[in-house]
Amino acid sequence: MSVQTVVRLPEKYRPVVDHELCLRCKKCVRACSYEVLEFKDDRIRPKPGCVACLRCVYECPAQCITVKEMEPQFAHHAVFDPVLRRSIIAQSNSGGVLLSSCGANVEYMDIFSHLLLDAAQVTNPSIDPLREPVETRTYLGRRPGKVTVTDDGRIDLQSSSTPLVVMDMPIMIGHISLGSISYNAQAALFQAASELNIVAGTGEGGLHADFYKHSKNLCAEVASGRFGVTSHYLKEVSSVEIKIGQGAKPGHGGHLPGEKVQELVSQTRMIPLGTDALSPYPHHDIYSIEDLQQLISVLKESTEYQVPVGVKIAAVHNVGAIASGIVRAGADFITVDGLRGGTGSAPRVIRDHAGMPIEIAISAVDQRLQEEGLRDKVTLCASGSIRSAADMIKCIALGADVVGVCTAAMIAMGCTVCQQCHRGMCTWGIATQRQDLVDRLQTPVAAQRVVNLFRAWNEELKEMLGAMGIDSVESLVGNRDRLRYIGPNPRIAEILGVKHSGEGWG
Amino acid sequence: MASKKHNEVVIDVDERNELGHPLDYRELNEKIRGCISSGMEKVILKGVTGQRYIASAMDDPDVKIDIHGTPGNDLGAFLNGGTIEVFGNAQDVTGNTMNDGRIIVHGNSWDITGLAARGGTILIRGNSGYRVGIHMKEFNGSGPRLVIGGSVHDYLGEYMAGGTIAILGIGMEEDVSPVGLSVGTGMHGGRIFVRGAVEEHQLGTAAHVLPLTDEDWEELQSMIEEFEHAFGLKPSRCRDDYVKVGPLDSRPFRGHYDKTNI
Repeated sequence: MSVQTVVRLPEKYRPVVDHELCLRCKKCVRACSYEVLEFKDDRIRPKPGCVACLRCVYECPAQCITVKEMEPQFAHHAVFDPVLRRSIIAQSNSGGVLLSSCGANVEYMDIFSHLLLDAAQVTNPSIDPLREPVETRTYLGRRPGKVTVTDDGRIDLQSSSTPLVVMDMPIMIGHISLGSISYNAQAALFQAASELNIVAGTGEGGLHADFYKHSKNLCAEVASGRFGVTSHYLKEVSSVEIKIGQGAKPGHGGHLPGEKVQELVSQTRMIPLGTDALSPYPHHDIYSIEDLQQLISVLKESTEYQVPVGVKIAAVHNVGAIASGIVRAGADFITVDGLRGGTGSAPRVIRDHAGMPIEIAISAVDQRLQEEGLRDKVTLCASGSIRSAADMIKCIALGADVVGVCTAAMIAMGCTVCQQCHRGMCTWGIATQRQDLVDRLQTPVAAQRVVNLFRAWNEELKEMLGAMGIDSVESLVGNRDRLRYIGPNPRIAEILGVKHSGEGWG
Repeated sequence: MASKKHNEVVIDVDERNELGHPLDYRELNEKIRGCISSGMEKVILKGVTGQRYIASAMDDPDVKIDIHGTPGNDLGAFLNGGTIEVFGNAQDVTGNTMNDGRIIVHGNSWDITGLAARGGTILIRGNSGYRVGIHMKEFNGSGPRLVIGGSVHDYLGEYMAGGTIAILGIGMEEDVSPVGLSVGTGMHGGRIFVRGAVEEHQLGTAAHVLPLTDEDWEELQSMIEEFEHAFGLKPSRCRDDYVKVGPLDSRPFRGHYDKTNI
C-alpha cells in the first residue's frame, strides 16, 4: 500500500468578490484558467490555487473582485521564512526540482537603485530635446574601429567587415521563443519592433512562416537545440545570435514541455509533435573559445557575411574574460544577460542564486574590453531586468551600447508578473499555447502598447540626455563620470568604476 | 586553376598565392558558390588541406561536390541540399545542423558527426569519434540518417529526438562492441541500430535496448544498401547481428520538475 505523503500548502492569494456588486455574469469563472473561481449557490466562490494574475479583476464588468494576498499562515520565524518553508513542503511532496519563471525573485540584488545620474548646471549647459536634436540611433554589429564618411556626408556603413544593423533607439526586444510565448504575443513583439525600427529576438524556436515579413527587424537565435535553424532562416534575418546562456538560468539548457509542442510549435521548431523540446546545457560543438570561433565563422560563412553574428552569455563570475574571448573569436556583438533576467521556465535554485547582476557584469565587461583595446570593435548589449528608462540610461553609462528588454514588453502586453509562465496556462494569452487563451491577446493592441512604451522610454532617454547636456546616446556609453553611487557598499562603486555621491569631477 | 568540363569544374585548392598560401576557406567557399551560381553541377576540389566550413548552407539539390584531400571542421554545416563526397577523412562536426542533402566520406569522420541534423543522409565508411549524432531530430515524418561503417566512441546519440543511426561495426571483433559508453543519454526519439552487443552499462539514462521490429529491419536494410552502394563494402545482413537502442518515452524528464507555486 502506498503512503499518502502530500501535504497541502497554505493559500497565497484569494480573489474576494463583493457579492452586493456582483452581476453574476460569470465572466471571472471563464477568465480563470487555473479554475479557482466557481459559481455555486448563486454566488461566485473561490477555491485554492489563485496566483494573483488579476485576469478576473480585469474581466469583471462590475469591478467587484479584489485579489487579496493572504497573511503567511506560518508562525513567525526570522530564518525559515514562509517561502523557504513552502519550498521544503512542496519538495517533500514531489521530490522534484522547483520550477519558476520571470526573473530572480530575491531582493538583495538591485544596484540600479543605488546609482544616481548627473545633470548639467552652469558650466555645461543642458539641452532641450524638444527644440534641439538628441540622437538615439544605435548600430548593432562589429565596429570598424574608425569612421569613414562618404562624399555626401553620411557614415559609410560598408567600412565594417559585416553590415551594421541600424536601430532608432538603443533598445532590443530580447529573445523570447514561440513556444515560451504564444503566436499572438510574438506577432505583437515583432510588429512593434518593425514599427519602432529596432531589433527583436526570435528566441530558440525558429521563425514561423508568417513572421518572415518582419525579418529585417529580427535577430535569429542559434541555441544548443538548434531548433528551426536552417540556412534560409539565417539568411533572411538582420542578425544572428549564438545563445550560450541566459541570465535567469546560467549554465542550464531549455526544456519546453511536450504539452506545449503542438502543431504550431512543432512546425516552427521542426521537431516531432508532443515531445519535450530539450536544449542541451552546452552546445556540444562548443567546449572552448576556439570552438565558439568556429560556430561564429560557420554562421558568417553560411550567411555570406551579410549579417552580424553575436554571442549571448549569462553574467557569470568570469564574464569579463569570457567576453574578451568572444570578441577575439570574431563576434560582432555581445549580449550579457544579468541574473535578474526573465525566463519562461527555470529551476528556482538557479534563477535566484546563480550569476551576477547586470550592473556589475556590463561594467566588468566594458572595463575589461577597454583594458584590452577591444571595446571599440563590438556592440555591447546588456539585458536582465531593464525595468525603466532610468535603468536603461544607467546601464548605458556603465558601458552598454544597447539594452535588451523583455519583461517590460510583456507587462505592456498584459503580463502581471505572476510567475506562472512555466505552467502554460497564462490567462493573458502570452505564455501559453492553449488556443482559447491565446485568442485573448489581440496582436494589434499589444503591439501598439509595446510601441507606446518604448517610444516613451526613448523620449525619457532624450530628456535625460538633454538634462546631462549630451546630444547623442553614444556619448553616454561607458560614461561613468555621469554616475554616482549612493548605496551601502562602496566596494561596489569601486568595482563599477563609479565615484561615490558627493565626490566631484576630476 | 579552374579547368572546365561540361557542367563540371575542378578547383585546385592547394594552388599557392604570392605568399605561398593555399586557398583559405573564405576564398574557397566564394569560388564554390560562384561555380554553383554559374550553373556548374559538379565541383571537384583537389588538394584540400583542412579548409573549414566547406559548402556550408549549400541548398541546390542537383549539385555535387567532390573533395580530394582532408576537409576541415564543419563540413556541410546547415546543408540544405546537394551531395558532398569526401575521398579521404573528414574532421569534426561534419553535417552540423544539416537539413537535407547527402555527405559521403570514404574514410573516418571525427567528433560530433551529424550534430543536431534534422534531415539528409551522412555515410561514413570508416569510424567516427565522440558525441556522434547528438540531438538529431525528425520532423514531418522524415528524419536524418547516419551510417557509420566501423565504430564510434562514447556519447553516441545523446539527446536524440528523432532520426536513425546505424553503426555497422565492419572489421570489429565479434565480441567487441562498436559503440562506447553513455549511448543515447537523454534520448527521447529516433533509433540507433548497432551490429553487435550493447551492454546495459553502455547505455545512458533514458536509452534502452528494444526489440528490432520488421519496420526497423526494413529501414536498416535500406540504409545498409545505401552504404553498400556508396562504398562497395558488404556489412552483415543477418538480422540477429543487430540490436536496437531507443527511448521508452518521448518525455524522459517528466516528473523531474515541480511546478508548485511557492
